[in-house]
Amino acid sequence: MESRPTRIALTVWSALVVLFLWIPLALIIVYAFNKSNVESWPMPGFTTHWFRAAWTSEVRTSVWLSVRVGLIATGIALVLGTMAAVGVVRFRFFGRETVSFLFVLPIALPGIVTAIALSSAFEASHVDLSMWTIVTGHATFCVVVVYNNVVARLRRSSPSLIEASQDLGADGWQTFRFVVWPVLSTALVAGGLLAFALSFDEVIVTYFTAGAQNTLPLLIFGYIRLGQQLPVVNVIAFAMILLTSIPVLLAQRLVRDTGVTVRGAAAAAQAQG
Amino acid sequence: MNAFTSEVQHIWNLDNYRLLWDQGAYHKIAYRTIGIAAAVTAADAILAFPLGYFMARVAGGRSRAFVFVAVLLPLWSSYLIRIYIWQLILANDGVLNWSLRKVGLPAANIGYTNWAVWLIFTYVWLPFMILPVYGALERVPDSFLEASRDLGAGGWTTFRRILLPLALPGVVAGSIFTFSLTLGDYITPLLAGGASSQFIGNVVYDSIGSQQTPFAAAFAVVPLAVMGVYLLIARRLGAFEAL
Repeated sequence: MESRPTRIALTVWSALVVLFLWIPLALIIVYAFNKSNVESWPMPGFTTHWFRAAWTSEVRTSVWLSVRVGLIATGIALVLGTMAAVGVVRFRFFGRETVSFLFVLPIALPGIVTAIALSSAFEASHVDLSMWTIVTGHATFCVVVVYNNVVARLRRSSPSLIEASQDLGADGWQTFRFVVWPVLSTALVAGGLLAFALSFDEVIVTYFTAGAQNTLPLLIFGYIRLGQQLPVVNVIAFAMILLTSIPVLLAQRLVRDTGVTVRGAAAAAQAQG
Repeated sequence: MNAFTSEVQHIWNLDNYRLLWDQGAYHKIAYRTIGIAAAVTAADAILAFPLGYFMARVAGGRSRAFVFVAVLLPLWSSYLIRIYIWQLILANDGVLNWSLRKVGLPAANIGYTNWAVWLIFTYVWLPFMILPVYGALERVPDSFLEASRDLGAGGWTTFRRILLPLALPGVVAGSIFTFSLTLGDYITPLLAGGASSQFIGNVVYDSIGSQQTPFAAAFAVVPLAVMGVYLLIARRLGAFEAL
């Protein structure tokens, strides 16, 4: 075991790193109550005024677009990601390793590469940018999250369960409903939640695939870049931090101690870069 | 590009690559991007390794779960917001300078510089390094470390000869994220950098804005090629099993 001074040093270092991660988040929560619309420190006073002022029609429209895009992209990812995962885990076929590698590869691609690839593909095929091009872009990385979660779950469950079900006379639908679904359901919920969270936060690829419409991150990006509406940004930040904690904590409970969240988190790289 | 209609003409040639090659300014931007990506990766590895070790081998069940969630939540909270709050912290009249003044130190005006870009990237991608490093360290069996000690190795030798080689795949796996994410970003340099903080991503972003898709695509090949080489090396170091 480690010596006492080593353990103390490690504990102190870890505490400092956790503080480094959390002090900025704590600050943004405080800033949402800033009385002034100049974001300097220390703040002149507190108010809850901005919470009412932040719900503008611009914000409402963008939230609604982000929600729709997130739901559709997650839906596509659940269907495609599950089918691909089942195919890769359950069957052996020519090029199987390549397919599984290609599914995970987008995680390691720099975001600007994905962005320009999609943007020039849409341009070359004369597809007008719309909500559907945003959805297409988001689905590419949401699929990875679902795929990773389902593959991890399938690898840990035994194929003999399905064989047993078939031996006992169950048809395909019954096997799916009573054997496969219960095994997969929590992995799908966790994967879906993470996929939605990724889509809801994405900005690098979205900027290149959105036309005139703004998702919530694009709207915030515009505000921050121009230094406009910063009190509104503060309130949105406050709300987003609270809201994202809910799916994360939920997903964490669903896949506790399985390491699936770590994989899902790893796939987050794709969405953010 | 047709000068008259400014419509992109599809002709196969190497003009866009030649433009990249001939202009020293683009070299500088590419070096800056790759250099900062490497510096961010190094800083994240140094911050993450002791924390991963703490989580895997020192902390009890409850404090490990607490630290795990404390790392996971910032990872999933909005990326733009995390850049934005650092803008406020590093500003001239921000929290950093206020705290420095309180303890009697001179103000650090690092807002809108390459230092700010480096610091913010290090902050934003840190959880991506912590999780794989923790995973790798957790898989090192206790008996290996005990054996090393029984054979007379000191703490430093055990660390260098046993722990580091076994945890290396985790560090490399984390570095794929921190390096690749920094390489492909344009938001942080745009929002928090200064006049000399342009990244490859920013050039691509501006070129798309001015309808020069072919040139943007040519420049985007640079991070793609760098990542290709990086992944080949990472695979040799066994990082893919640690993803």
